[in-house]
Order: sequence, then C-alpha cells, then structure tokens
Amino acid sequence: MTRYLAGRLALTFLTVFMALSFMFGVLHMAGDPVLLLVPVDSSAEHIERMRVQWGFADPLWVQYGRFVWRACQGDFGTSLKYNLPALSLVLERLPATALLTFASILFAVVLGLPLGILAAVREGRLADRLSNVGSVLGQSIPSFWLGLLLILMFSVTLGLLPTGGMGTLAQLVMPAVTLGLYSLGRVAKLTRSSVLEVLRADYVRTARAKGVRETTVLVRHVLKNAAIPIVTIIGLQMSGLIGGAIVVETIFAWPGLGRLIVQSIQFRDFPAALAAVFFTAVTVSLVNLLVDLLYGFLNPRVVHE
Amino acid sequence: MSDARAQQGGAVRSSATAELGGGHSIECRRWFRLSGGAVWGIAAGLYLLAEVVVAVGAPVFTSANPLTGNLEHRLLPPGSPGYLLGTDQLGRDVLARMLYGARVSLVVGVVAVAIAGSFGVLVGLIIGYRGGWLDKIVSQLVDAQLSFPFMALALSIAAVLGAGLGGIVVTLAISSWVLYARLVRGESLVMRQQEFVEAAYALGVPARRILLRHVLPNVLGPAIALASLEAGRLIVAESSLSFLGYGIQPPIPAWGNMLAEGKDYMARAWWLTVLPGLAVSLTCLSTTILGDWLTELFDPRRRR
Repeated sequence: MTRYLAGRLALTFLTVFMALSFMFGVLHMAGDPVLLLVPVDSSAEHIERMRVQWGFADPLWVQYGRFVWRACQGDFGTSLKYNLPALSLVLERLPATALLTFASILFAVVLGLPLGILAAVREGRLADRLSNVGSVLGQSIPSFWLGLLLILMFSVTLGLLPTGGMGTLAQLVMPAVTLGLYSLGRVAKLTRSSVLEVLRADYVRTARAKGVRETTVLVRHVLKNAAIPIVTIIGLQMSGLIGGAIVVETIFAWPGLGRLIVQSIQFRDFPAALAAVFFTAVTVSLVNLLVDLLYGFLNPRVVHE
Repeated sequence: MSDARAQQGGAVRSSATAELGGGHSIECRRWFRLSGGAVWGIAAGLYLLAEVVVAVGAPVFTSANPLTGNLEHRLLPPGSPGYLLGTDQLGRDVLARMLYGARVSLVVGVVAVAIAGSFGVLVGLIIGYRGGWLDKIVSQLVDAQLSFPFMALALSIAAVLGAGLGGIVVTLAISSWVLYARLVRGESLVMRQQEFVEAAYALGVPARRILLRHVLPNVLGPAIALASLEAGRLIVAESSLSFLGYGIQPPIPAWGNMLAEGKDYMARAWWLTVLPGLAVSLTCLSTTILGDWLTELFDPRRRR
C-alpha cells in the first residue's frame, strides 16, 4: 500500500510538472507581456530596460530553468498585474473557489442522490422518465447560458437574488446551482443505474424474502453497494467543476481562482497564471488519487498494486 | 454512465423476451433496443441536419445582413414587422445573426472534431498496439493533459493562436484529441489480444496493415460515438470561449459573442440572452442524444 501510494504520488508530481511546463511554453508563445505593462508611448529603450528588469530578455530555457528552480522553492514570482507574490494571490483566491466547488457538489449530491434512487425504485414510471429527461437537459445546457438565465429570472425579473459578488449566502446560490447542474445530472443518472443494478442482486432478493423492511433493504444493502460508482463520479465531477468554475466565476463576478486564470491569461500575467494553474493541476490530481484510494476502501475487492 | 444504463436496459429486456420464449428473443431484443434510442437518435440527427441546411443556406432563408443594422430599429422584440426574432442593440436582425452564427458552431463541430478525432485515433491505435516505452510516455502525456482543466488549457492556447475561426478550431482540436487517444488505446490493447489479430501477426502481415485492416474497423464505432458527444461539447466550448472574448470576435456573429454582447441589455431585451443560448443548448442536446444512441449501437459489448 505504501509503495502504491509512493508510486502514485510520484506520478502525480510528474503530471503536475508536465502540465506546468506545457503551460509555461504556451504562455510564452502567446507573446511578450512587457508591451502590455509599459505605457503606450514608452520609448524602445524603456521597453528594453523593463524587459531586462522583468527577466524576459533571457533565452527561454534560462527563464524556464529559473521558473522551475524557484517554483520548487515555492516562489512563483511576482504578479505583473497586482504586483504581489503570485503564490499569495492564488492562496487568497483559493477559498472562494473551494467554497463554490463544495457548494456545487453538495447541491449535485443532495438533489442527485435522492432523484436517482427515486428513478431507480420507480423504474419506467413517470418519476423515472422525468428525472431522465431532466438529467439529459441538465447536461446539455451550457453553464454560461444557465447562469445568464438565472440572473435574468431571479435578479432582473424577480429581484430575489444578487447578480454577483461574494459574501452572503444569497450570492452563493446562483453560482453553485449553475456550476452544479451538470454534475447533478451525472450523479442522478449514475445513481439510478447503480441502484438498479444492485436491486437485481440475489442478496437483495434474499433480504426481501426474509421480510426485511423496504427502507432497510434500500439503505443497508442497496445504497451501500451502489456507493462505489457514485463516489467515483463525484470525484470525477470535482475536477470538472474546478474547470467549469472558470466560466461561472466570470459570469457571477466570483473572486476565485477561475476568474484569476481568465484575467491573468488576458493580461499575460505569467506568474499569476502559472501559480493558479499549478494549484488547479495539483488539486485535480490529488482529488483523482483520493477517489482511487476511496474506491479501494469502499470495495475491498480492489487491490492496489 | 449511459453504458451502464444501456446494459441494464438490455438486461431487463432480455429477461422479458426470455419469458416470451422462442427463437425470436434475440431478434426481438435487438428490435426493441433499437426502437427506444433510435427514435430520439434519428430525431436528433434530423435536427442537426436541418441546422446544417439553414446554416449553409443562410442567404436563402434571410435577406437581412447579419453585420449591418438599422439604428432606428434597435432592440425590437421578436415578432416585430420585418424582424421575426427581433433586433439587437445595433438594430441588426437577430434571425440573420443566428443563422450565420450557426456556421461557426457547425465548422467547430465538424472540423475541430475531425482533426482531433483523426489524430487521437491514430495515436491511440499506435500506442495501444505497440505498447512499451512509447505507450508509457504518450499515456503519461495524455494523463497530464487530462488532469488539466479543459477551459484553462483552451484559454491559454487560444491566447497563443489568436482569435478567429482558424485559431479556435485548432485550439479545440489540441485540447480534445487526448480523449480519442485514450479511448482507442484501450480498445486497441484489447484488440491486440484477439485471435484474428494474432493470426494475422503470425502470418507475417505487416503492423500497418494489421492496424488498418483489423484493428481500426473494430475501434472506429466507439470513436465515432465519442466524436458525436464531443461535437456538442466543443460547440459549447467554442461559445464559452467566444463569450469570454477569446473566440470569434464581433461583429462576426457567433452564438457565444452574441450572448456576451446581449447580456448587457438583459433587462430590456431578454431575447438577446435567451435565443443564442437556446440554439447552443439544442445543438448540444442533439449531439448528446445522437452520441448516446451511437454508443449503444456501435459498442459490441453493449449488444449482449
């Protein structure tokens, strides 16, 4: 187990390193940020001086080596836009995205799980069909449109919820729903199919034959065994949510990592973009690792080698 | 996810038809299964076909210019005389912009998917069949890219390649080829151990011929199904990028930038927010339904 974990962690490290290197190359291909930083009427000498000062005059491999060396020491440089250490900028934005992602997954699970179970228990009936149609719809509506529709309905027309920002619970509702709806569809659909599968198992028939109450059968036998794929999909959704947050945070002016990524790429703020991407890649990789470990825990038949 | 559902659907029906008994059960089952997803799948396909027709033949369906408007006719609601779907903040005909905007989505859905699909399938075939160090390295790269949020990747590549249709198509192709590579790698790993492939190998058939004649036809079905699902996802991604200002730039109409411009007039002109998004959603919905059906149809494991 320890060996497995060490191997997985090494792979995670490698993955993050490759992602970061790729991002470094791509961003530097996007062009010189110095031109965006200096006033429009700057002289050529001034631009050149700034380029040297910020380290953009060195060959790319020198810049890359310096970046890797400093990143290993936890220094991602200074944000060009905010003139703050990129790392602290990211750490400042991290809780907002964590809150949003957590609220979305909570929304998806709290609604998706019962919906899926209901659909499975009432297979083929109206509730099942409605929830099926709902989950397909939920997966097809692009988040940016859903967000705008919610704003149109609840902020502009009804005046019930604020259009954006962060601070109150009311401000969390629409971003979380927008981000979570896709996952809600996935969770509901997968819960339905997992529960259906278990409902046909011999031990469920046996339990029913013994006269165990239906609720007990559902909780004890069905849900416990249906949990494995459900946990997996929740984990997979987490990584999707972190990416989806980029769009949703922009719509609702949510001060998180996603918005920082959009802004820093727009502004060619390399240090901030790389630091933000580093944290997203690390989070996604760790969540995936956690899901795999949890999988083994829930299903003892899975052996990690 | 849909595969699990399909499997169960198959299981239910097989027990039902088994009770009916007789040698018809297999035929019945196949017919039943087809009739369920097929109706929706074909309907979705027809909708997409209709969209292609109106996008290609946009000048036939509307005489209005999507780029120039009449400022005296700003923000007219749908149903106004001469403007079936109303006008936008510059007095441009929304219907015309929607029809011409469909071209962007369709080019993305077809060209980006074709590039990503053919490259990904090729890579997947080779690494899956060859195995060894090449497979290890490429698979690791694929995993690295997959652990990266799709939008962050697309945004940064789009920043390099610049705005415009060509840039967007290449951006989305680079961001999505890994999915095909991963899928086909798995399938081709399985295929490698099949007896007919081993037989061809034993007979001395060259690797390229084995891949093209024996492995490729067997992995193509799942790849096509994935391509259909991906078409919808990439169309949504293109409109998201255009919405964020990284994709198609105004005044060229694309559903995403129409939404981005229209959202500022939300309180006065709901149609500028509702209509382009509805078009994106319906397109994505159709490709999803079509893709689910194709997945069901093509995957031999799900036919049992």
